[in-house]
Amino acid sequence: MTAVQPSVKSFPKPSQLPVPPGAEGWEQLYPYNLVFRNGSGAEDEKFWFCDSQHWPTVFKPFETIGGEFAVKCLGQYNTRHLLIPPANGIEFKIHLGYLYMSPVGVPPEQIPGRVPEFERRAGHYFQNWDSLLQQWRGKVRATIDELEALSFTALPDVVPFDDIVAGKAKDGSEVLMEGYDRLIQLCYQAWQYHFEFLNLGYLAYLDFFGFCKQVFPGIPDQAIAKMVQGVDMELFRPDDELKKLAALALRLGLQPAFADPDDVAGTLARIAGLDGGREWLDAWTAAQDPWFNFTVGNGFYGDDKYWLEHQEIPLGYVKDYIRRLEQGEQIMRPVDELVAERGRIVDEYRSFLSGEELGLFDAKRGLAATAYPYVENHNFYIEHWTMGVFWRKVRELSDVFVAAGFWADRADILYLTRNEVRDAIFDYVSGWAIGVDASGPHYWPAEIERRRGIIDALASQRPQPALNTPPAEITEPFTMMLYGITTEQVRQWLADDVTDGSVITGMAASAGLVEGVARVVTSADQLHSVQQDEILVATITAPSWGPIFGRIRATVTDIGGMMSHAAIVCREYGLPAVTGTGRATTTIKSGQRIRVDGSAGRVEILGD
Amino acid sequence: MIRFFDDGTEPDHALLGGKAASLVAMTAAGMPVPPGFAVTTAVYDEAVGGLDLRADLARLDPGDLTAADAACARIRRRIRALEVPAAQRILDAYDALQERCGADVPVAVRSSATAEDLPDASFAGQQDTYLWVRGGDAVLEHVRRCWASLYTCRAVLYRHKHGIADEGLSMAVAVQAMVDARVAGVAITMDPATGDRSKITIDASYGLGEQVVSGRVTPDNIVLDKVLLCVVAETIGDKHAELVADGGRIVERAVDDGRRRRRCLTDDELAAVARLAKRAEKHYGCPQDVEWAMAGSDLYLLQARPETVHSGAPRTQAAPVRAGIDLSGITSMLTTRR
Repeated sequence: MTAVQPSVKSFPKPSQLPVPPGAEGWEQLYPYNLVFRNGSGAEDEKFWFCDSQHWPTVFKPFETIGGEFAVKCLGQYNTRHLLIPPANGIEFKIHLGYLYMSPVGVPPEQIPGRVPEFERRAGHYFQNWDSLLQQWRGKVRATIDELEALSFTALPDVVPFDDIVAGKAKDGSEVLMEGYDRLIQLCYQAWQYHFEFLNLGYLAYLDFFGFCKQVFPGIPDQAIAKMVQGVDMELFRPDDELKKLAALALRLGLQPAFADPDDVAGTLARIAGLDGGREWLDAWTAAQDPWFNFTVGNGFYGDDKYWLEHQEIPLGYVKDYIRRLEQGEQIMRPVDELVAERGRIVDEYRSFLSGEELGLFDAKRGLAATAYPYVENHNFYIEHWTMGVFWRKVRELSDVFVAAGFWADRADILYLTRNEVRDAIFDYVSGWAIGVDASGPHYWPAEIERRRGIIDALASQRPQPALNTPPAEITEPFTMMLYGITTEQVRQWLADDVTDGSVITGMAASAGLVEGVARVVTSADQLHSVQQDEILVATITAPSWGPIFGRIRATVTDIGGMMSHAAIVCREYGLPAVTGTGRATTTIKSGQRIRVDGSAGRVEILGD
Repeated sequence: MIRFFDDGTEPDHALLGGKAASLVAMTAAGMPVPPGFAVTTAVYDEAVGGLDLRADLARLDPGDLTAADAACARIRRRIRALEVPAAQRILDAYDALQERCGADVPVAVRSSATAEDLPDASFAGQQDTYLWVRGGDAVLEHVRRCWASLYTCRAVLYRHKHGIADEGLSMAVAVQAMVDARVAGVAITMDPATGDRSKITIDASYGLGEQVVSGRVTPDNIVLDKVLLCVVAETIGDKHAELVADGGRIVERAVDDGRRRRRCLTDDELAAVARLAKRAEKHYGCPQDVEWAMAGSDLYLLQARPETVHSGAPRTQAAPVRAGIDLSGITSMLTTRR
């Protein structure tokens, strides 16, 4: 986050990137305002970086909802709620299926004028953090409850007689239409809530970060992170629940029932048939609400698998935990030790300061430690829980269309934009009301196949890390914090083609040095291929990959900063991690021996 | 007359001199100090007791350096011709040390002056440490040389200038098993460049640490975070030469290009040195400047003394803390272009 040198090199312009064969016409799959070529033309010159941390794979048309709502709502807090002095929102576009971002600064002459209002607003939040956060939990719960209450079912053959008697004068189609609109609005509402505390959490962290860098020049980023990171976090609860279930299964002697966790019904039936099985099943059921609203993805994709609906996933993890317990391994996170370690680190740094500096250190760390845990915990509430319910409801709606012959598979709805879904609902209810065929069954199957071809073609090409000429210096705090996109990182990306291909550098996200066999994973579905003691090399990792971290020796990611989920979880598990390498998954091959130095942020390919 | 570092003796400056007292204290604190013993000031006192140096000293003219030099040399010759009292006990201690080390181990013979005898500690450390001494007779000879070093011309003139009387002048001598150092150097429990106490600064080079201490090589300079013990900054030094044992003596040998270019300590070794320095700092309760050496994978503490040059300097103070939630730091972070 320092030094500046004029960039001599550039990333490609969006207009220069080749369209993969078969992807021609891809622009029509996305909202018009998200495509570069429909803008003013300035977009082809501006610097953009690819957010492959949140959107590592190509968007299907419906899935742009997550990108649109999330990045829009991030912007509103910077620009309209808090008036963050130097930073407005982050502009976003979709190019060749991937999301590119461009932070929007505030003109320097306007920055001082924003300060008083920023301090008034941020100050109010920091002063009332706990009560406002309590209120936040209530708002989010209400949103989730309302989402859960939405119901999408096929229209009946005739309006019920009771409705005739009551003089209701509605045919029930309005339930589908209003329900869909409400579904979208509730998702939007959740994303507004998502950012209510997030930017402030980052700010408090960055403030402490800046202070530490000033009084302890060169202090490792990890040390600062460890001093404010939560230990007993809701984000770790789902994984902790599985560990407890594994311990309970072992205590009750149920381990033989876990022979084939992919057979969920059979496994649960076998458990029910054993002594103590009932006790375990009660615990299993109790853990599901809410902790199985947990995705193996990141909540942004319609085909993300959630534990609740794919119980073979948590059952498989339980089986793995049972095996490790039987081998005498300690699987519970050593919470007491982590708390003690955090205390030791804080106390040691405190001991180097005195007087006013010590007072500042305590005040800033206190604020960051209060505000920062939200940055981690919100993820369970929004990305996992809310979005889990949201996608489940989308599938429920899709089932209505499948039954009406609009398309064949419930996942096909993702090939429509969300506004096209609205049109399709009217098509469906209109045909039903008139008593004729809807157009959808004649239009959508072929159109969906055409679109699938385009999406598959787009997916055959990885995104560019960035587009156009980077600024001489990257200063926008959220870009640096959340994405790990710093001046050095950008220069690194640009330098890649001239450096030795066997060394990859990134952020020193979690300390330690190990060598081992690489396993490249580009989607959650490949997770099962990860073997004991391998090194996970992933585009990103999701917090729900928690159980896999018990198996691996280190993690390397393409994207992600010091506070990315991979970094947090690796520090938690004591595994070395190098994040934000930009190219680990495209450079390293599964099976290669690599050396990961999480203290230096360096990965070396040792050989095949 | 003889005190082993680990025989429970008090770290008494008057009896042991500064260096040996420090070695005794560090040994008592459980730090990995190479074993050895002190030939106490009592031995010196007895040896020099019959020697009247007053006439020689009285004739000494500080204004005439050539003459002063000659006078001091005469005094040193007289001291070096002395019989060492209790010589047999020193030889027995030497044998006991050999036996304890389980091998024919060379020793370092170091003067251990009482407080104001010599101009400064670093002067003492450089001028009268004899490395790789073998055999009882050689030890006795180097004990006398250490004694004699009280009368180097520089030391005598220093005392003269500062009005320090020669009466009561004494010296102990430390005889210590040599560490056949693969890598050695110094560590300071702060960053002397900034006064930042959250860092440990290590200078390291190949071979015996004397090269680093005396500034005859450019060592690797590494700054570690004191809490996480990871490298924060490093400058690889040229390390063109190393002092190593060869055929029973110490020789200076050129270091080949490959070794010169590479850092001479691994991350784990650096962390071990840092932990050792941290222990010394904790034991003494103030920033330390330690000398360390690694033989094989064993790390030894050779010396620890307070870091006095930088740790007293005031640090720049940050802005005062405001009551309640203070956003000024966040605001200035956001409004200051880095």
